[in-house]
Amino acid sequence: MFDFLDSGQYDLLDAFWVTVKLTVYSAIGSLIWGTLLAGMRVGPVPMMRAFGTGYVNVVRNTPLTVVVVACSLGLASTMGITLGGENFEDIGFRMAVLGLTAYTGTFVCEALRSGINTVPVGQAEAARALGLSFFQVLTLVVLPQAFRAAVTPLTNVLIALTKNTTVASAIGVAEASALMKTMVENESDALFAVFAVFAFGFIVLTLPTGLLLGWVAKRVAVKR
Amino acid sequence: MSSVLYDEPGPKAKARNIAYTVGFLVALGLVLWWVLSTMADKDQLAADKWSPFVKDSKVWTTFLLPGLWETVKAAALALVIALPLGAALGIGRLSDHAWVRIPVGAVVEFFRAIPVLLLMVFAFQAFVEFSDLESEIRPLYAVVTGLVLYNASVIAEIVRAGILSLPRGQTDAAQAIGMRKGQMMVYVLLPQAVTAMLPALVSQLVVIVKDTALGGALLGFTELLYQNRAITANYGANTIAALTVISLIFILLNFALTSFASWLEKRVRRGKKSTGAVVAQDSVEAGAGGGVL
Repeated sequence: MFDFLDSGQYDLLDAFWVTVKLTVYSAIGSLIWGTLLAGMRVGPVPMMRAFGTGYVNVVRNTPLTVVVVACSLGLASTMGITLGGENFEDIGFRMAVLGLTAYTGTFVCEALRSGINTVPVGQAEAARALGLSFFQVLTLVVLPQAFRAAVTPLTNVLIALTKNTTVASAIGVAEASALMKTMVENESDALFAVFAVFAFGFIVLTLPTGLLLGWVAKRVAVKR
Repeated sequence: MSSVLYDEPGPKAKARNIAYTVGFLVALGLVLWWVLSTMADKDQLAADKWSPFVKDSKVWTTFLLPGLWETVKAAALALVIALPLGAALGIGRLSDHAWVRIPVGAVVEFFRAIPVLLLMVFAFQAFVEFSDLESEIRPLYAVVTGLVLYNASVIAEIVRAGILSLPRGQTDAAQAIGMRKGQMMVYVLLPQAVTAMLPALVSQLVVIVKDTALGGALLGFTELLYQNRAITANYGANTIAALTVISLIFILLNFALTSFASWLEKRVRRGKKSTGAVVAQDSVEAGAGGGVL
């Protein structure tokens, strides 16, 4: 039943490796971009607040598929922006990471903002009374606690991101779901087995993430 | 307006804020200028690439509106089927009997852990193999099947969280007046849980609408994003213009739903008749499933 695994025709590990790489790069990117956005949204400059709010509302309501396809068709194919990619494969991968980062950043921003809301007002007031500037209050007092409070929602975002990397197959990135699409067509007599293998692959990727970070969330939570 | 993080700006802070605003605007302007000039270089700003969307009603009647209709149809079908299924699964997961609770829990966790695209691809191939659906209607069926399997399990978690959010006294009172478990669920718990979970359900609709676009890009489902190819083929390589209009329609539709959900949430919190408990869409604890983006 599972003999398609031995045929040597399909490189399963390679496909899942691309999925992992997409996840890791986009996770790092969206953590940075999301933190910047959250900083803008809680900051004192009205113009930046407006930009942050507008960006989050617009991008969060756009389908990820549209974002990724727009990166590939709009930026790469039409405007010729390749992000230093040399061939089709490289460009596709980088555009997928860009699209995933732009999209996931909004969810990271919202998770962090809810984390910021858990910090008692008195702490920020005390920090301000000491004469710390907004930037110091944010980076020294509020954000470290916000991150610890936001581990659970950020884990949800990371798991969703892992699953969302499958969207990259829409622009021809050879990750797991793209391989599954080829395999279900070629090995249609083993449809359920192929599906089971890929389902198992994603559970292997997401389950430990959830368990590990769930444990981390309990450990780092600020007891109030 | 004052905030936790910063004081009401004084004269110095005001001046600094203005400086930041100017700097930020300049940076934004540079990015915008760069985008526009690159677009102009690639001839994407030419009037004939954008004018069809304003002047030519055919682009709407032949491509955009039918595409939007397919999107809405798939989303509505998926919601209508997933709601009762999800409610049943959610209640099943709260059952007192382990032989119901455990299998239902396994099913919910399984379908939540798997990318919805995998479910759609699987469903598509399954329809090819095991049904004699015509090839035009197959993508719609595959998309709806994938969406139902995934969203029923998400809705199950929302329903479960909604029921668990009710005060313990509700159950106690129902038991005290001698209600059976089924009566308690139908007459006491569910009606109250529904108000608590309505906002989360409306937000879930946004996720469903967004996920229909997967079917367009990968399974040839003729929804809104899919029309991009047809439009650019008919109106002269106006990729960016077409994608802009398509995104705008998606954003407006989903923004309306998001705003409705948060209005509903405020109302539920304020309401005197409800318990004031609201299920946040992302409150469901991180497991393998996690995350509703």
